[in-house]
Amino acid sequence: MPLVKQGHVVEDTFVRVPDDAPIPDRVAVIVTAERFLADADKLTARNEAIGVLWPNNRKVAELERWLARLALVALVFPKFRDGRAYSQARLLRERYGFRGELRATGEVLRDQFLFLIRAGFDSLEVTKAADAEAFAAAVSAYSVFYQPSADGRLAVRRQRLPRQIFAADHEAQQVQRRHYEPR
Amino acid sequence: MYLYDELDRTLVGERVAEFRGQVARRLSGELTEDEFKPLRLMNGVYLQLHAYMLRIAIPYGTLSSAQLRMLAHVARRYDRGYGHFTTRQNIQYHWIKLAELPDAVADLAGVGMHGMQTSGNNVRNITTDQWAGVAPDEIEDPRIWAEVIRQHVTLHPEFSFMPRKFKIAVGTSRHDRAALRIHDMALRMHRNGDGETGFEVMVGGGLGRTPYLAKTIKPFLPKRDVLSYVEAVLRTYNQFGRRDNIYKARIKILVHELGAEGFAKEVDAEWLSIKDGALALDDEVVAEIASRFRYPAYARLEDNPPEFSAARRADRRFDAWVGNSVANHKMPGYAIVTLSLKPEGGTPGDVTAEQMDAIADLADRYSFGEIRVGHEQNLALPHVAQHDLPALWRALDAIGVATANVNLITDIIACPGLDYCSLANARSIPIAQEITRRFHNLDLARDVGRLHINISGCINACGHHHVGHIGILGVEKNGEEFYQITLGGKADENATLGALIGPAVPYAQVADVVEDIAAAYIELRERPDELFIDTVKRTGVEPFRERVYATR
Amino acid sequence: MTSPLQQKLKIVGPVVVTANRLADGAVVYRGEHGWTTRLDGAAVATSPAIAQDLLAAANADGLHAVDAYVAPVQLAEDGGVRPGNLRERIRSFGPTIDLPLHALRVKADHVSVR
Repeated sequence: MPLVKQGHVVEDTFVRVPDDAPIPDRVAVIVTAERFLADADKLTARNEAIGVLWPNNRKVAELERWLARLALVALVFPKFRDGRAYSQARLLRERYGFRGELRATGEVLRDQFLFLIRAGFDSLEVTKAADAEAFAAAVSAYSVFYQPSADGRLAVRRQRLPRQIFAADHEAQQVQRRHYEPR
Repeated sequence: MYLYDELDRTLVGERVAEFRGQVARRLSGELTEDEFKPLRLMNGVYLQLHAYMLRIAIPYGTLSSAQLRMLAHVARRYDRGYGHFTTRQNIQYHWIKLAELPDAVADLAGVGMHGMQTSGNNVRNITTDQWAGVAPDEIEDPRIWAEVIRQHVTLHPEFSFMPRKFKIAVGTSRHDRAALRIHDMALRMHRNGDGETGFEVMVGGGLGRTPYLAKTIKPFLPKRDVLSYVEAVLRTYNQFGRRDNIYKARIKILVHELGAEGFAKEVDAEWLSIKDGALALDDEVVAEIASRFRYPAYARLEDNPPEFSAARRADRRFDAWVGNSVANHKMPGYAIVTLSLKPEGGTPGDVTAEQMDAIADLADRYSFGEIRVGHEQNLALPHVAQHDLPALWRALDAIGVATANVNLITDIIACPGLDYCSLANARSIPIAQEITRRFHNLDLARDVGRLHINISGCINACGHHHVGHIGILGVEKNGEEFYQITLGGKADENATLGALIGPAVPYAQVADVVEDIAAAYIELRERPDELFIDTVKRTGVEPFRERVYATR
Repeated sequence: MTSPLQQKLKIVGPVVVTANRLADGAVVYRGEHGWTTRLDGAAVATSPAIAQDLLAAANADGLHAVDAYVAPVQLAEDGGVRPGNLRERIRSFGPTIDLPLHALRVKADHVSVR
């Protein structure tokens, strides 16, 4: 399952560790929510990066206190039609100011790429290899957006008014640093 | 009339290009049906019994003559020469080919029309009163607010995959002509004690298997907070609406389970965090959208000009039509004209391409180029000078859209039913047609008076039968079509769900039952001008039940 | 007529497999090797096993037709195949109502032309 980040297929530097396996040293890891919460202080104190796989039926507010020390949060789309993780993503980026890697997992298909980027995801575990290759085309399908959102692109209604940047949109841009920049 | 600018047009154009690519990938097999289906639904493309169905949004029911001509073109070029206006101010085409869809939507994009979010688990066409902008009793034009919300929810990255569809309605007059309380969310503009205008926000309405009327969760929301509050409601629903059971996934179930207060608390908790952020509406943003609604340069006219009054005296049919289909306009000397799409023996809401073209011409000549679509499946010309009414009537009569039966027993609202729809259990159109034949005599229909019949071919209730004065629901029993009859439903500001009057009756008896109910009403009413719905309220359904089931 | 797409496969009498053609949505029936728009060209199954095979073949051919399901038919004495319920009659023969295709009789002097 290819991992797309910054518009390209990349090696995954994180290792997913099952609940019953020991956590390897000197490697960035992703653990489940249960494991993380049971041992959060210790896990966030390790030298290497720690990430958590967070289910889509749990409030992300539970993670707030550790976000500054989490390198990655992986959210889940059990089916691509189950859109709860879009709300979780926006809350993590815009409410709680999460600056680490926000990864989409589960059923991640080409026709959702642009929604995912705009919701604040910056890496996608893409279900189909062909979709990964089509990433650039998929996210450049639209140049006009009505909503302000985490990827920092100006909402239409702001574009229309003869002002440059508004405080609220500027804030949204500040919060999300690692949005996708087309080449 | 809302004027698209190049940004709106660009977005629609980009959507067309994306959809063309998606259709190509489906036809080549790159996308499976499972992967393609939600994508085509997001563009308003259903697969029905005989063909694909394309549903095109008509935002807040407002059309220009150019747009209506394009709808006629699509009917001719890509369909079988007609279109169907729906109970949500949309138009449907029932014979579309998938392979031709990209061209059809490209043609529509040329006049700023599209099928975006007319299906799928997203926010659907935002509906208002079809008399918006011209009704004497409105506080402000509700379409401005419908457009503010529409833009925000179009291709919204967070709310495109919600538990289920989400329907919003906006109203700004005391008399509710938009059926607010059967919507997932409704905003009703009113003035508070200090004379400020704001919105009562109601959520959790919806018909179908488990009908509910919407409950008030915010009695007065200032205008500046509309978008942030809508966002908070949608976010709460997206996160907590049920995903395990398609029949329990609408927001009405969530509101019912949490209670109105419980739900309001969840929304407020979210809303307080975002209300002063990027979604706060400043006057400038609203004014910019409002400025792109153009209103006619009305002439200064007097009410009841002599040629109009003379024509009424001279021609009984014209006079009857005026009394029935012409409503007061906020501007003196003007009128709102309803075009009945319910001719005797016709399909409610169907219009041929020729009729559409003719109506577009009439709109140019008599209504500043504007047409309205109502959820009652009729059209309206919203800006007609009273002195033009005689000539307009003759023209409408010639094309078959001047039946003087608006709001009468033959002004039936019906879904397409089993003749077209793959969800249906029974047919609805032939039921409607037979009723129009039984009551084709306009004197009889006028004597019965205002009476709304709503027919649905299945429990999904697209015909809104729960809120019909007479509601008719098609069901299947042992392979035969049967119909449940309800009485006393209302869709207005006193919204009520109808009450079942007895066991379902077979297909062949439905029109007889309606005749029995009408006859019972005429006997039971206290005076000729006591409305049917008021008689039912006064007597209850028992006397009607007795009459209908005495011999069944 | 609950949507047959939600049915569990059980057979009471002869059945065919039917679907909608991908490109235009037209009603089609599964024949021995492919799809036909004519009911009398359909393969009729009289056992669940045969019906299952037909359905499997139909579903494997998702490129040409979609939403395949098993539909009842009646076998007439002359060997003809008829739709087995109202829904299938409507799918086979079209809506039971006239489509609004009547030519518009317009009096030229009553309708203004641009």
